[in-house]
Amino acid sequence: MSKVVVVTSGKGGVGKTTTSAAFAAALAVRGYKTVVIDFDVGLRNLDLVMGCERRVVYDLLNVIHGEGALNQALIKDKRVGNLYILPASQTRDKDALSNEGVGKVIEALRQSFEYIVCDSPAGIEKGAMSAMYFADEALVVTNPEISSVRDSDRIIGMLASKTQRAEQDSDPVNVHLVVTRYDPVRVERGDMLSADDVCEILAIPFLGVVPESKLVLAASNSGIPVTLAEDNDASEAYFDMVDRFLGEDVPYRFMDVQKKGFFSRFFGS
Amino acid sequence: MNLFDFFRPKKPKSASVAKERLQIIVSHERRRSSTPDFLPQLQTDILQVVRKYIQINENQIKLSLDKRGDCEVLELNISLSESGKP
Repeated sequence: MSKVVVVTSGKGGVGKTTTSAAFAAALAVRGYKTVVIDFDVGLRNLDLVMGCERRVVYDLLNVIHGEGALNQALIKDKRVGNLYILPASQTRDKDALSNEGVGKVIEALRQSFEYIVCDSPAGIEKGAMSAMYFADEALVVTNPEISSVRDSDRIIGMLASKTQRAEQDSDPVNVHLVVTRYDPVRVERGDMLSADDVCEILAIPFLGVVPESKLVLAASNSGIPVTLAEDNDASEAYFDMVDRFLGEDVPYRFMDVQKKGFFSRFFGS
Repeated sequence: MNLFDFFRPKKPKSASVAKERLQIIVSHERRRSSTPDFLPQLQTDILQVVRKYIQINENQIKLSLDKRGDCEVLELNISLSESGKP
């Protein structure tokens, strides 16, 4: 049984593409045949984050319009065997995405993939709506910051009303909260919303936090999904989330301040 | 927190301010998005009917749908200004 997972947020710049790439790569590492699709038509970036920008020949819209076959458009990752990327078109208008066309591509992908990760564009326009339309599961990526939380709440409302599952009155999309750029030190100081606060306001199941990490930028600079980069906190946090997503009981990490020594406790922060 | 923070006066932390503001706006927006689509149309229709008899403008008419316990209440308020009298 294949599953369509949309990575969405409403607000831009919160880490949707980073999360899509990291999550898809981690699913593939765990042995699942996974494809990650970029829905940001006109502003594609997943190819850069995945490090395959020079291998793009055909894209999602070419496939929808029959200008290229699906297996010509799929780019096979060179690092993990069962990971594929379907890039967005850079030249066309977002309105070119139709639910009918996207539905055909998703249906074809369901035949050969276990997980289909859809990287949504920001906003609530056509691209974002078609990225979520066929979802079985949703990762709502949120920064602990007021505008991101508010936008996430709007998106959660849309996942409950504007998806195929909602229209057909079948089981609702399973939503999961992912809090990115989390800084436990600032949370403890009272300068940042805590994961508990965000959970309480959005009232959806909590998948985990990704700690603020310099290595996230370093990984995207080099075109490596953070979960395939050298060992780092963000990568471990994403693997924890993937394991929870797959049904394992993994204790939450990276939520508390690391204990400090005697001197720094008194004289520095 | 270091030793010197201990002597500073306490002011409300920005995170708790953020949480409070979010709780208010989010519950407000959830209520609004759950109101049915026909409300604005109903409001214009009522406005036209009332205008047959009394001259009022759209700001004088307020229509809202609220939940009170188990029942939903459709509330219509038409305020008549001095100039609106026939």
